[in-house]
Amino acid sequence: MKPLCLLGRILLVIGCCLVLPAGAHDAMPPLDIGQGGKCVDDPGFMRLNHMKLLLQQRDETVRLGVRGGRYSLAGCVDCHASKVNHSVLGTDRNFCQGCHTYAAVKIDCFECHSSHPRPAMESRR
Amino acid sequence: MTAPAVPPRRQFLSQGAALTAALAIAPGLLLYDFARARPPGEPASSAVRWGMLIDTTQCDSGCSACVTACRKENALPEPVRLTDPQWIRKVELEQEGSGRKVSLPMMCQHCADPPCVDVCPTGASFKRADGIVLVDKHRCIGCRYCMMACPYKARSFVHEPVTDHSGATPRGQGTVESCTLCVHRVDRGEIPACVEACAREGHQAILFGNLNDPDSAISRRLRSVASTRLRADLNLDPGVAYEGI
Ligand code: HEC
Ligand code: HEC
Ligand code: HEC
Repeated sequence: MKPLCLLGRILLVIGCCLVLPAGAHDAMPPLDIGQGGKCVDDPGFMRLNHMKLLLQQRDETVRLGVRGGRYSLAGCVDCHASKVNHSVLGTDRNFCQGCHTYAAVKIDCFECHSSHPRPAMESRR
Repeated sequence: MTAPAVPPRRQFLSQGAALTAALAIAPGLLLYDFARARPPGEPASSAVRWGMLIDTTQCDSGCSACVTACRKENALPEPVRLTDPQWIRKVELEQEGSGRKVSLPMMCQHCADPPCVDVCPTGASFKRADGIVLVDKHRCIGCRYCMMACPYKARSFVHEPVTDHSGATPRGQGTVESCTLCVHRVDRGEIPACVEACAREGHQAILFGNLNDPDSAISRRLRSVASTRLRADLNLDPGVAYEGI
């Protein structure tokens, strides 16, 4: 991913926020954060960098066998899944889907990964 | 690949996780005395080579507890078609002449020199430092060369969309998969689901452990009984050995 392209998009989003009056019909719907608490990193930093962090974590865990990683995808889902439908997907308020629909991002992660929190048994890793 | 910045908070978190893990696996440790959960944040090490010794004299031809346990652990659908995914299967052998029958489980043999890794065009097929042969599904393009290269027919292709995501391993259409030696369990100090199921049935036909540790139960047994690697003529140095065939 090219950093410029990311910066461009972010500026565009900020630009839209500035230009459009509050309550404009194409503003991002408020996201259902899920469990709440504290994100694994600064939320602003996460918004900009979560894609890179996830891919880095992915390679570390799968190829090197590092478990208990800070940016674990299953970890994001455990915390960010909505208390309403127990998922990070489903509606445009659900965490991963809501923002991605707004930003026109498509990810394939959940074709394999569960969009639901792990059962308590599993969350000990 | 650069490591992300690591504030001290992380250390604190991992210590907490290590403690919980230690408590949780204590019964398993007492029972099987071979494994130790790798601390969070530590990569798999080549000081370890995971392997299995299967005693076919203890394997019951009527029993498929290992197969069922594998399917449950990884949320694999019940195979209907010949092409449906199957990570472990039961094979029945009969010796010509004597008619002696042997039953055994077949799965990825976790070769030290895996042909599936040699032929993979994307690096998706790989061998982890501790000898576990895996498919990195993030890199798999579904070409299936590895399936053709494997002399044990151990790999499957996921033809159908995956709807059940309740398993321990993420799975998805269009990728190849095979026995992971339950890498997710091994990494927390547990034994593979098939090994556990076999023991639960009272057969104890599968011994799992570290081949690189001369004092492990598996190494000691390999030293004391006759065992065979399947297709040893291919010199792939499989991590799985069989007794009684
Ligand atoms: C323990 C709970 C928890 C975990 C685990 C967690 N988060 Fe968060 N995350 C939060 C909370 C709470 C917020 C909102 C913070 C705020 O707005 O002040 C947040 C905010 C965010 C934001 C910014 C949202 C916005 O509206 O700008 C992103 C992006 C994000 N998280 C992604 C992730 C990813 C990716 C992971 C996994 C690597 C993850 N989070 C793991 C709790 C968590
Ligand atoms: C074709 C299936 C598939 C797809 C698609 C997929 N993954 Fe994975 N992923 C896996 C498998 C299999 C593992 C290994 C799980 C294990 O060993 O516990 C994994 C593990 C991971 C891990 C480490 C475990 C965790 O939960 O932290 C991360 C991070 C990850 N994937 C991120 C991603 C991201 C981000 C995407 C989308 C861009 C994605 N994956 C898409 C199959 C897939
Ligand atoms: C606050 C908005 C926001 C939230 C919330 C959010 N994302 Fe993103 N995500 C983005 C944007 C914007 C991009 C695209 C960045 C680019 O392409 O430059 C992106 C890209 C990604 C990518 C890389 C896609 C690719 O093809 O390169 C992955 C993977 C990803 N997000 C995973 C997640 C997951 C998992 C969650 C939920 C835990 C999540 N994101 C939540 C805004 C968000």
